[in-house]
Amino acid sequence: MSVKISRNTKINALLLLIVAALAVLPLALGLGDHKEEPFTGADAEAETAITELQPDYEPWFSPLYEPPSGEIESALFALQAALGAGVLAYYFGVRRGRRQGEARALAKTGDAVDAEGGAVDTAGAGASVPSARAPGSKDA
Amino acid sequence: MHIAEGYLPPVHAAAWGVAAAPFVVHGVRALTREVRSNPESTLLLGASGAFTFVLSALKLPSVTGSCSHPTGTGLGAILFRPPIMAVLGTITLLFQALLLAHGGLTTLGANAFSMAIVGPWAGYGTYLLVRRFGAPLMVAVFFGAFVADLSTYCVTSVQLALAFPDQGSGVMGALAKFGSIFAVTQIPLAVSEGLLTVLVMRLLTQSSKGELTRLGVLTGAATKRREEAGAR
Repeated sequence: MSVKISRNTKINALLLLIVAALAVLPLALGLGDHKEEPFTGADAEAETAITELQPDYEPWFSPLYEPPSGEIESALFALQAALGAGVLAYYFGVRRGRRQGEARALAKTGDAVDAEGGAVDTAGAGASVPSARAPGSKDA
Repeated sequence: MHIAEGYLPPVHAAAWGVAAAPFVVHGVRALTREVRSNPESTLLLGASGAFTFVLSALKLPSVTGSCSHPTGTGLGAILFRPPIMAVLGTITLLFQALLLAHGGLTTLGANAFSMAIVGPWAGYGTYLLVRRFGAPLMVAVFFGAFVADLSTYCVTSVQLALAFPDQGSGVMGALAKFGSIFAVTQIPLAVSEGLLTVLVMRLLTQSSKGELTRLGVLTGAATKRREEAGAR
């Protein structure tokens, strides 16, 4: 396969790779091994610390709704991430569609100019049309 | 990771609520103004809120052997300025408090103060400062998001230290304790958040140049230079 991957895509992939490595390394290096319960939440650790600092402190309010099990809780967290990822993907999808539409419209006007002008070369038409438009409409 | 429900004494909870409320009200006004005067920015506003939603749902392991999650508030603060993030961050916190028993209603004020107010402002300030030194946009974005994330959990540590001072070493002793739980855990996560924010900003500079220019993230001159570089 000799698919050409652009430099942009490579940098983006590298960024994701580093983030993944940062998440996996603590697990792979066993950085939680010194604990009784490795990789618990920092908020739970804070609760323990509070009890150590003030043994008589009692939480004076409890959540109105608590997910009945760890499974339900993880489902709700997944739902939250999915909602966010969905909206983000929608945004970039709309943008991409809009840009493609603009490019297509641009190509069409370019063809029309070509047909009318006859002698006008494609490169000239292609260069003159974008300059007349908004600065955001660079050829992809 | 936010302060759990009921884990701040009533006086502290109320005080942080009072401190956070004006910022959130001001933010709601800023948000309505933005949507009214620039209806086309609604979609990008939604995307900024969505970024916060995704990142605060990702609980990641860290070097301390515990887990925490990023906040995702740096991106929106850089794009739309911090007041708007006071609203979007609080909405995220409310969702987690109501449905996930994560954070809480009584601690909403304190958590909003750290994640939706101090984080965005500190991140935005850092972003501006780094840009003023002439650093490339993406370097400024990285440090902005990094600081927004880390400062949030430094504030959380301070809030808990003020509420639960150590009997021997006082507030400072408690701060060291909570800081080692929250702030140290957060350092690698803040790096991750910085990188992810850079990634999204890179995608935005490719897809939404016009909008970023209007928001002042890309200057006209920078866009031109970029286009010239791209054309070559």
